[in-house]
Amino acid sequence: MILLISTCKEKLHELEFVKPIEKILKENNKKFFTKHYSKLNWKGDLAKVNKIIICGTSLKDNEFLRHIQLFTWLTQTQKLVLGICAGMQIISLVYELDRQVKELDIKKNLNHVIKKKTEIGFYKENFKKEFLGLKGEHEVYHLHNNYIILPKDFEKFTISKIPQAIKHKTQNIFGVLFHPEVRNKKIIENFIKL
Amino acid sequence: MRLAVLFSGGKDSVYSGYLAKKFGHDLICLISIFSENKESYMFHTPSIEKVKTQAEVMDLPLIIQKTKGKKEEELEDLEKAIKLAIKKYKIKGIVTGAIQSVYQSSRIQKICNKLEIEVFNPLWQINEREYLNDLLKNKFKIILTGVFAYPFNKDWLGKEINKEFVKEIKKLNEKYKISIIGEGGEFETFVLDCPLFKKELKIKSFKDFKEGENSFRREIELK
Repeated sequence: MILLISTCKEKLHELEFVKPIEKILKENNKKFFTKHYSKLNWKGDLAKVNKIIICGTSLKDNEFLRHIQLFTWLTQTQKLVLGICAGMQIISLVYELDRQVKELDIKKNLNHVIKKKTEIGFYKENFKKEFLGLKGEHEVYHLHNNYIILPKDFEKFTISKIPQAIKHKTQNIFGVLFHPEVRNKKIIENFIKL
Repeated sequence: MRLAVLFSGGKDSVYSGYLAKKFGHDLICLISIFSENKESYMFHTPSIEKVKTQAEVMDLPLIIQKTKGKKEEELEDLEKAIKLAIKKYKIKGIVTGAIQSVYQSSRIQKICNKLEIEVFNPLWQINEREYLNDLLKNKFKIILTGVFAYPFNKDWLGKEINKEFVKEIKKLNEKYKISIIGEGGEFETFVLDCPLFKKELKIKSFKDFKEGENSFRREIELK
């Protein structure tokens, strides 16, 4: 069973950022359920699933950053996780902030790790190592205003300056800043096959 | 949220507006870009009068922006229209009918990002079969006003998107890879009725034009 986590403040945005991923899971005959992060029953919902996909949201929607503490379970989980755009930012944030601030108020420390970089549309990215089936140069679809510095325990798979595709060094926790549901669907298909 | 619909009068922009309203947003105005270039990279080229009539039955103000339709100039014209909607109607976001076109969608995203408003693409990457079924289920009355690919002919003009059409277009999809929703530019549509309209639009007369071997357009006049 796969859990899809919506990060959209506006329900209407889920048609754009969550439903296309649901479509890929349906096409691959995978069982899943979708919940907004604010409605998750962490213990109950996580116990039901073996994989988690944290979906992206719109350019102007940074509401999830105000609730980043709701994702700190990520540093403890043994589940397979794929974060897409906002999802990758969430993964990077909780790992980096966990390392940097531990017991401090993480909200106050967000600005240290969030960096501004707007990329919209198709861009070429070069994958120096295989990342969920992608290696070498590929066109990817970007839609973001921010990125997060590479967290300490993660490896960067693209040769780009900013982290575009990352994986935890020992856990199956993946993140992509671009949107594979638009271009490079096989990233999602390969993740759900793991 | 106060939203403007980027509006061509075809099924995609009307259904996107319908979804925005269904999800609790306020439709405040429509924005239509009229391109002099029929091969516009960004916009379909509806006739102004038809869209004005649709705006009337939707009880919404319509911002009309004309453009010469040159590749990037039309983006400046779109930006002008959105700026006007922000100033005049205090909109906080744009709804578009974009489905697959990253070219179209990313340009709108850039403009709205610059103007600091939201973009909603509720049909983005939609399942084409589900979409057609949803149009029928929600009582959208849609006709074809243009066909632009083999094996379409003049007989397809004016056809209504109904169960019979769905059967026929699925056959064309299997045989010729025609997108069943016309996403590859195979056909253009016009909405005559839907839950957003106060009354159904009726066609008074029409005139057909041949534009190429398998390319035909129908200009309709509404009552």
